[in-house]
Amino acid sequence: MSRKSKRAKAAQIRETMAAEGASVRENTRGFNQGRYDTVADLENYEELKDEARRIKEDAIERLPELIDQLTETIEANGGTVYLAEDEADANEYIASLVESDETVVKSKSMTTEEIEVNEHLEAEGANVVETDLGEWVLQVADEAPSHLVAPAIHKSRESIAELFREQFDPDRPLDTPEDLTAFASEYLADAFENADVGMTGANFLTADSGSMMLVTSEGNARKTVTATDRHVAVAGVEKIVPSVEDLQPFVELIGRSGTGQDITAYISLLTPPVETATFGEDELEGSDDRDFHLVLIDNGRMAMREDEQLRETLYCIRCSACANTCANFQQVGGHEFGGETYTGGIAGGWETGVHGLDSSEEFVDLCTGCSRCVEACPVGIDIPWINTVVRDRINRGAEDHSYDFLVDGLTPDAEEGGMSLQKRFFGNFVTVAKLGSLFAPVSNRLASFGPNRWIAERLLGVDQRRDMPQFSRETLKKWASERDGPADPDREVVFMADTYTNYMHVERGKAAIRALEALNVDVEVADVTESGRAALSQGMVATATRHGERVADELLPHVEDGRDVVIVEPSDLAMLRDDYGRLLDAETYEQLSENSYEILEYVYGLLENGADADALRDGNGTEIAYHGHCQQRTLGLAAHTEAVLEELGYDLVTSDVECCGMAGSFGFKQQYYDVSMAVGEELREQFSTPEAEGRTIVASGTSCHDQLTDLMKQDVPHPIELVAP
Amino acid sequence: MATTAGDATVNQFTAALEELDVGWTLTTTDELPGELERFPEPIVGVPFPFEDVSLPESIPRAERSDGVKAASTGVTAATLGIVEYGSVVVESKPPETEPVSLYADTHVAVVRLEDIVDSMSDAFAELGPRLRETGGNAIIATGPSATADMGALVRGVHGPSDVHVVIVK
Ligand code: SF4
Repeated sequence: MSRKSKRAKAAQIRETMAAEGASVRENTRGFNQGRYDTVADLENYEELKDEARRIKEDAIERLPELIDQLTETIEANGGTVYLAEDEADANEYIASLVESDETVVKSKSMTTEEIEVNEHLEAEGANVVETDLGEWVLQVADEAPSHLVAPAIHKSRESIAELFREQFDPDRPLDTPEDLTAFASEYLADAFENADVGMTGANFLTADSGSMMLVTSEGNARKTVTATDRHVAVAGVEKIVPSVEDLQPFVELIGRSGTGQDITAYISLLTPPVETATFGEDELEGSDDRDFHLVLIDNGRMAMREDEQLRETLYCIRCSACANTCANFQQVGGHEFGGETYTGGIAGGWETGVHGLDSSEEFVDLCTGCSRCVEACPVGIDIPWINTVVRDRINRGAEDHSYDFLVDGLTPDAEEGGMSLQKRFFGNFVTVAKLGSLFAPVSNRLASFGPNRWIAERLLGVDQRRDMPQFSRETLKKWASERDGPADPDREVVFMADTYTNYMHVERGKAAIRALEALNVDVEVADVTESGRAALSQGMVATATRHGERVADELLPHVEDGRDVVIVEPSDLAMLRDDYGRLLDAETYEQLSENSYEILEYVYGLLENGADADALRDGNGTEIAYHGHCQQRTLGLAAHTEAVLEELGYDLVTSDVECCGMAGSFGFKQQYYDVSMAVGEELREQFSTPEAEGRTIVASGTSCHDQLTDLMKQDVPHPIELVAP
Repeated sequence: MATTAGDATVNQFTAALEELDVGWTLTTTDELPGELERFPEPIVGVPFPFEDVSLPESIPRAERSDGVKAASTGVTAATLGIVEYGSVVVESKPPETEPVSLYADTHVAVVRLEDIVDSMSDAFAELGPRLRETGGNAIIATGPSATADMGALVRGVHGPSDVHVVIVK
């Protein structure tokens, strides 16, 4: 992205947020909270997720065989199956089933959006009517869905009322949701009256019985099938599961994960051609001769199945949890955070697979890799990883080499291709930090110097409104090298000071070391500082891998000598615990993953094992407000910090936002500054309530520190700085 | 069949129904006609696929298309009840069941006590063999039709705005 387009992008995002942000925010947060509440009541939630994952893995593995089995079953039941290679193929076949003046009623289906069947049928002269209320509103407004499940989530009641006034000039005022709903369902009742063909999607298809499952709450899918005697179902090939019983975990998970309901009003299990009676001229008629056509869509899916990195996308059941839980999505919605058809985190996988990288490039950087969606996903898809891979592929294909000569010295990465300068700058930040520290404080003055900020913005897209981090002249490593540890330590650790802790936020590193030593632990500071997180977040997989290998070379000998690895920064710890599983060999990963700890997790463990809490600073009821880090929460480690603070006598309130909005370099980027601040705003509000106001704010992540410092206009220490002696 | 009969089942099932704002009645075969006749007219019903409980003679059969579309009350059988969710399963036999349960303002679902199962897994243990062997439809219906697309939750969009479950001992 060039500088100009960064500005244009920023303006576009601002505009969308102004128009749609409020509705999207309110609805997605409601869904997300609903999910937390409803899964909390589900005793076997984790087992159901594991089971769902297992079923999908198995089904995709056996897909060709299942397609054949399903085809045979449906044909034996009296229906037909057409396997469409791509959009054009599918549309041509579907058009052959519909006469030019016929009316097609449709229930909601993202797959029909993907192939744009409405446009195609309308061009052939058919009348297509969406019957899901949200979809119908969009059809009337001529807009695209902004959410997988609630397609018109970006529209407020007022804007729908306005739309109906303009389009239909109704003879009674339509103000309340009840009025609007009644108006829409009356209009659509007429459409059902006149319908010739019923078109549905399918959430699942079962190969053993030839049944399809539809998840709805309005009842329009049921009417679509009942009111017509020609049923066309359009579904991606990935929707097939082996048996009816396989549907059970999905029935229990899909509503909970998406809109936060235990179950939606109607789960339709249909074995087409369905025998349901239809409305004859006078009498109900049995419908033995209903026509049924299943159009199975490939459109890139079989290639995704062969693509080791994208394959997981096919497990997606399109529940929308990953969008609802995403702090950025909550602000911008699917018109920004989405491609041609699909929206939210997983859209990176879907769009790349079905429409190509170009469609993903527009939005994939809105995924900051905060990882909050991973635990929300009912089939456990590593959505941030898919987006990392997509970014990596975009980087490799990029062609803008214009400023490469400037960064080649500064940014010694392992990437080929001409990826954007902004990415290379942030992805190689460790090099900048080393130089910055070496030349501090001159470098700090230079970095904050107006014209240089201007250059940084123009060249690198670093937003001028952000404070630049201040480099420390004395690195943590240097400081630590002059210390004597405990004479007779109980344990020994190797402390990996991340780039920020070593060169900039040195205080948190010093506090960590003081705390560990006070608990009679010997600390050695590792030479390596960069885990590869910065590179990975820019999609620079090769560079991240190279950093990972260096970390392993440095740390493994320590581990073999019996030292534990301790890290302050959660996003770097998450590399060792999680991401290295993708980058390094299994044995190396396992050793690093099993022996590495977040600082307060480690302190917690020491205290649990009998270390003397008196060696740390007593809280004495000090009132603090704590914000855990997104990846720390996904790793399940925020609880340890809270437990330690409470044990030491601090009076604690905690935030419950998914992410602070800074997310590494994201909030520094010119095109995303507004999104980042909007996400942060929620955190600011939470920490400005009467209960939280005036408290000392502490945060575990470097990004969270930067963001909160900006938002709250106060210094935001790491919790270890509070408790260290 | 994996069923659990008895008071505990009824209590849990009806508690789940109440949470969904679904009305319920516990009755016997003898009292069933009276329980059904009191629902608002016009009322239409579909014969039940049960041997021991049938649609009372006093309930008009669904025959005419306009009659089904204009019905205030539609009475059908439900072949399973699911305690955990307060759901009922509406199958497509006889074929009028689906339109009658869908087009009326109030759907009255008649379920036999012995057909009430505890969990979704129990329900699928029943539904799997049925769908494989005899095909057909099974709608797992939980509460009334609803939408949130117009700015707030509204009941009764394309389907019934009220649901009432009659449990027959
Ligand atoms: S990726 Fe997971 S969370 Fe996102 S829509 Fe698909 S199934 Fe739901």
